Amino acid sequence: MAGFALLVRRDLRLALRRRGDIVNVLVFFVIVASLFALGVGPEPNQLRAMAAGVVWVAALLAAMLSLPRLFAADLADGTLEQLLVSPQPVLVVVAAKIAAHWLLTGLPLALVAPLIGLQYHLPANALGLLLVSLLIGTPVLSLLGAAGAALVLGARGAGVLLGLLLLPLYVPVLVFGAGAVTAALAGIDPGAHLSLLGAFLAVSSLVGPWAACAALRVALD
Amino acid sequence: MAIDWFRFGSPQAFFPVAGKMVPWFAFLAVAFALPGLYLGFFVAPTDATQGESYRIIFIHVPAAWMSMFLYLVMAGWAGLGLVLNTRLSGMMASAIAPTGAMFTFVALWSGALWGKPTWGTWWVWDARLTSELILLFLYLGFIALKAAFADPQRADRAGAILALLGAVNVPIIYFSVQWWNTLHQGASVSLTRAPSMAATMLAAMLLMALAAWMYSIAVALARVRSIILERERDMAWVRMSAGT
Repeated sequence: MAGFALLVRRDLRLALRRRGDIVNVLVFFVIVASLFALGVGPEPNQLRAMAAGVVWVAALLAAMLSLPRLFAADLADGTLEQLLVSPQPVLVVVAAKIAAHWLLTGLPLALVAPLIGLQYHLPANALGLLLVSLLIGTPVLSLLGAAGAALVLGARGAGVLLGLLLLPLYVPVLVFGAGAVTAALAGIDPGAHLSLLGAFLAVSSLVGPWAACAALRVALD
Repeated sequence: MAIDWFRFGSPQAFFPVAGKMVPWFAFLAVAFALPGLYLGFFVAPTDATQGESYRIIFIHVPAAWMSMFLYLVMAGWAGLGLVLNTRLSGMMASAIAPTGAMFTFVALWSGALWGKPTWGTWWVWDARLTSELILLFLYLGFIALKAAFADPQRADRAGAILALLGAVNVPIIYFSVQWWNTLHQGASVSLTRAPSMAATMLAAMLLMALAAWMYSIAVALARVRSIILERERDMAWVRMSAGT
């Protein structure tokens, strides 16, 4: 547990020393979400209907951009190898990486999202729900994303490949996350969507770290 | 007589066995497909509501079945390779992937051709269609990941992890009809209740499914032979059999 906290603090500190990386992901998120409005037109009802989907797709793409760095920098300077041969279980290393990644991308994305929701004329209850769905859903992006990032370590064209591998696996998050907000707009109880989103979070917190550990062992074999 | 199955885990031992099996499975595929196509297109009655257009079911349903089944088989081989560390398992997974992707594409394509006259549209964002599309993406991701590594060992093991991750998606596909229950008709064939179609239709469909199954085995074995030759090209036995 001490090792976990230490690793999370290390990743946060490294990221805060190079703030550009976090900020760029957020700016990318906002730009993509705004471009959709420019492409579709300013009709408020139409924008309201597509708001949740746009925010969620933009969040998936932004997470995708941030993921290649998750292990690559540590692999390049040899830290990753040292972490894996340390007495610390690999799972602790992976879990710390995932937690730090969520704190640095998922959480800020979720907090910025209501602002985009305002641009898209979402009512107050839908704004809150958008925030809640992102808070439940973005950890999944980090959990499965860690597995993907570990799989493509050292591969040719890792960035594009990562999108190809991960985006299909992210589909349930997108469907239930955006579905919750859309259901609320239609006056339906979004509880079912949020429950399924939570179920998917539970499944991926079992599967994602396991796959990431296995993939790291393969990558550093 | 006990057969030592592990002996066939060696590519060298499996290569000639696969070579002997390919023509048999190819023959079986033709032997099932010919009566299946005959029953499906000439004997089976015209559907009361959909007319003749429903006959694409004899291509569509076997392709859809195989697309999901092959993914599980591929993930099974991949998992076996991960656990037992056998070289052949990864090669089998690589050999199955293109056939699975092909059947997924055929299922989507024939579904579009079927959807136009019956639903009046080529494509709907129905849960089952969408998950079949995602299955195609999963196959393509698996093939792309395998192609991204120069080291085949690394490619096999990374691919195996991805295949197992994706296998979680296949049950979601299957149950999606019950969960979301949208435009796509419910499954026509069920083990627990009487089938809702004429006996000849069912027979034709099952024959076509068996044909698709045999075809997949034949093609996968033929392909795995090529992969074995490619990967083991520096081994003495390959050089000897190639006569160089």
